[in-house]
Amino acid sequence: MAEARLQVFRGDANSGQAVDYKVPVAPGMVVLDALHYIQGHLSPDLAVRWNCKAGKCGSCSAEVNGRPRLTCKTRMDSLPLDQPIVIRPMKSFPVIKDLVTDVSWNYKVNKKIPPFQPRPGVEWKFFQEDVDRVQEFRKCIECFLCQNVCHVLREHDKHEEFAGPRFFVRVAGLEMHPLDGVSRTKLLRDELGLGLCNITKCCTEVCPEEIRITDNAIIPLKERVVDQFYDPLHWLVRKIRGAAE
Amino acid sequence: MSAPLADRFETHEHDVLVIGAGGAGLRAAIEALAQGVSVGVVCKSLLGKAHTVMAEGGIAAAMANVDPADNWRTHFRDTMRGGKMLNNWRMAQLHAQEAPARIHELEQWGALFDRTENGQILQRAFGGHTFRRLCHVGDRTGLEMIRTLQDRGVHMGFDVYMECTVVQLLKDGPRIAGAIAYWREQGRFVVFKAKSVVIATGGIGKAWPITSNSWEYTGDGMALAYEAGADLLDMEFVQFHPTGMVWPPGVQGILVTEAVRGEGGILRNKLGERFMEKYDPKRMELSTRDVVARSIYIEVREGRGTEHGGAFLDISHKPAEYVKRKLPSMYHQFKELADVDITKGPMEVGPTCHYMMGGIRVDAETAQSTVPGLFAAGEAAAGLHGANRLGGNSLSDLLVFGRRAGFAAAEHAKKVSSPAMDPAQLDRAEKEALEPFQRKDGENPYAIHRDLQTTMQNLVGIFRNRDDVHRALGALQKFRQRLARVSVEGSRMFNPGWHLALELKSLLTVSEAVARSVLVREESRGAHSRIDFPNLDPAWGSKNNIIRREGAAMALRQEALPDLPAELKQILAEEK
Repeated sequence: MAEARLQVFRGDANSGQAVDYKVPVAPGMVVLDALHYIQGHLSPDLAVRWNCKAGKCGSCSAEVNGRPRLTCKTRMDSLPLDQPIVIRPMKSFPVIKDLVTDVSWNYKVNKKIPPFQPRPGVEWKFFQEDVDRVQEFRKCIECFLCQNVCHVLREHDKHEEFAGPRFFVRVAGLEMHPLDGVSRTKLLRDELGLGLCNITKCCTEVCPEEIRITDNAIIPLKERVVDQFYDPLHWLVRKIRGAAE
Repeated sequence: MSAPLADRFETHEHDVLVIGAGGAGLRAAIEALAQGVSVGVVCKSLLGKAHTVMAEGGIAAAMANVDPADNWRTHFRDTMRGGKMLNNWRMAQLHAQEAPARIHELEQWGALFDRTENGQILQRAFGGHTFRRLCHVGDRTGLEMIRTLQDRGVHMGFDVYMECTVVQLLKDGPRIAGAIAYWREQGRFVVFKAKSVVIATGGIGKAWPITSNSWEYTGDGMALAYEAGADLLDMEFVQFHPTGMVWPPGVQGILVTEAVRGEGGILRNKLGERFMEKYDPKRMELSTRDVVARSIYIEVREGRGTEHGGAFLDISHKPAEYVKRKLPSMYHQFKELADVDITKGPMEVGPTCHYMMGGIRVDAETAQSTVPGLFAAGEAAAGLHGANRLGGNSLSDLLVFGRRAGFAAAEHAKKVSSPAMDPAQLDRAEKEALEPFQRKDGENPYAIHRDLQTTMQNLVGIFRNRDDVHRALGALQKFRQRLARVSVEGSRMFNPGWHLALELKSLLTVSEAVARSVLVREESRGAHSRIDFPNLDPAWGSKNNIIRREGAAMALRQEALPDLPAELKQILAEEK
């Protein structure tokens, strides 16, 4: 049976190093299988998050040979086995242990977003073409890979002022819900830092659900913000009516 | 509470503590919050990753959007017939009556189901359902449901304790007092003081190697309740879903949604025969899961299986675009994990351990267990599904009985005083949980787990017989002895080996409960198939198996099913 060499980050917030493991390769095996093999046979305390092992829960995110991936969907036979497979935790979040990172920041950001609220008295009827667009956003499995690659978070560490692509997708899903009656454009501009995104599309590239994050969520939201706050006609209307939004 | 205790343990106090953050737990928490009490939710994974997220095909409810003739009576009848009449009739009635309202509620909280042409929720066909009844979102219904509930709960203000595992329920005399748990991240212990506890921890699939279940499904809730003195009911009924992936080896057991068959998928053996014609010519592929799973198993056993020991499931006669739209995650799952394009050719599928019909015995109206203040809902609870669950009835179960459990738990909490904490219980629980660190060079928890899984697969699988189950019980005894010698390496920081060592205790408890119940039920009914007793036995049709702890021993007895009221008998008698 073929054998793969894995170099897995072992350590915590303070220190760590890559540790080598040899793992037998079976047909169709994925990187998460290899990590499970290490746990079961070589190092039972290797910390890895996972749940469904079918690309549905978004728990097993890591960086495989430098690429952010769901390890449950990364086939071993898609990687060159003549060199070690390097597996590291997501860079944009603090390491807890080994491949497990502290993603609690995401849950804090989520709390800032006002939930769906139907327009008062709205008739509860809508059609597939009304929801197609929103259903794309609702495919998000919260693997946080988009957050991990977004340079605003990864390089510039602007976690305080920027919500990241995951939450723009979430806001887009709410804003474009056919019956929703809440406006979140001010929030997008002032608290979620939508303007910091300069549409490099890194998020779209890594999304395992193939959500067109930049084109379908972020750009339309940017347009809404522009329409509302920078469009002279809107500005005039606001001035006259004295409304904040 | 004495000061030293508070010093020793991080402590949180809630009126209602919910264990588990899947559909049932979240729905219970939302309802309890709505009743104005304080609610804490403890879960082993991150919020939003619970098993509900993997549910695919849909939620069953007699909304009658697609088939106007549908109503709760038909749903009730389908559920009872699917469960081979072993269901708790009152639960089946409440479930059928309340499911539509629970789904409308989800929609009001922002869920977006697929639509009919006139703008209502679309419903699809599923096994054992007379009408097209499953509200769905492609094949990712569970994700839609959990995200909706999660956001609702977060904005209502429950406290969530993520990646935190309960090791023991606490008692104050006969009543419940809370739970002691550990943070998976640091391995520190934490105490939850609560007037009511709702168990919503799901099932036990990790006792088998070929399973659609995630690592969380180790039977914790059932074992915790059992240890706390609660009754377990009908533990012999374990559902093997007919269609799990069988190839490649790493994906064995991963679920292939019943929606494939609901959308017109056809099962064939390697000879190209549509074999369901032999086993259930009337319902064919949309027969109940117990029947389809057995049929595939028999085809394989008799040499008509596929190369990798399964059956072919084919949906490629439908237009490719339709398949991709209605079954997107199946399309990707097979393409990425098995190099199969399901719009062009068949999938290879075989039975996979999927769902536990048995579990904690509860009162139908309140979801309260036999321990005062301890409630249970969802897969952890028993009764609704009888001997076999219909597809789609699980998600509706979570909503209907999650809500009922949350409501009753809140009402209970309003009535009772704050429980007293017993430091001795906490000390014992902590000491026991840390023992694997004290031992050196003991048993490896992963090795025990593998052996347990092999035993359950080989001896307590789809087909059972007396000798096999006797051998399984003997093996379980040995696993207990090995578990007493288990040791773990490393620190208490996020240590999966240690976590598994603790979960093994639950797995062994529920496995033994399953084996004992399998052994005494000398008949075949629903998901329980005895080779040595292949027929239904009417005498067993009126009895539940009930398990309770007596000292250190597991005691098993039978109780008569409650009598069906005349008007429900009437519904069941109607031919349809």
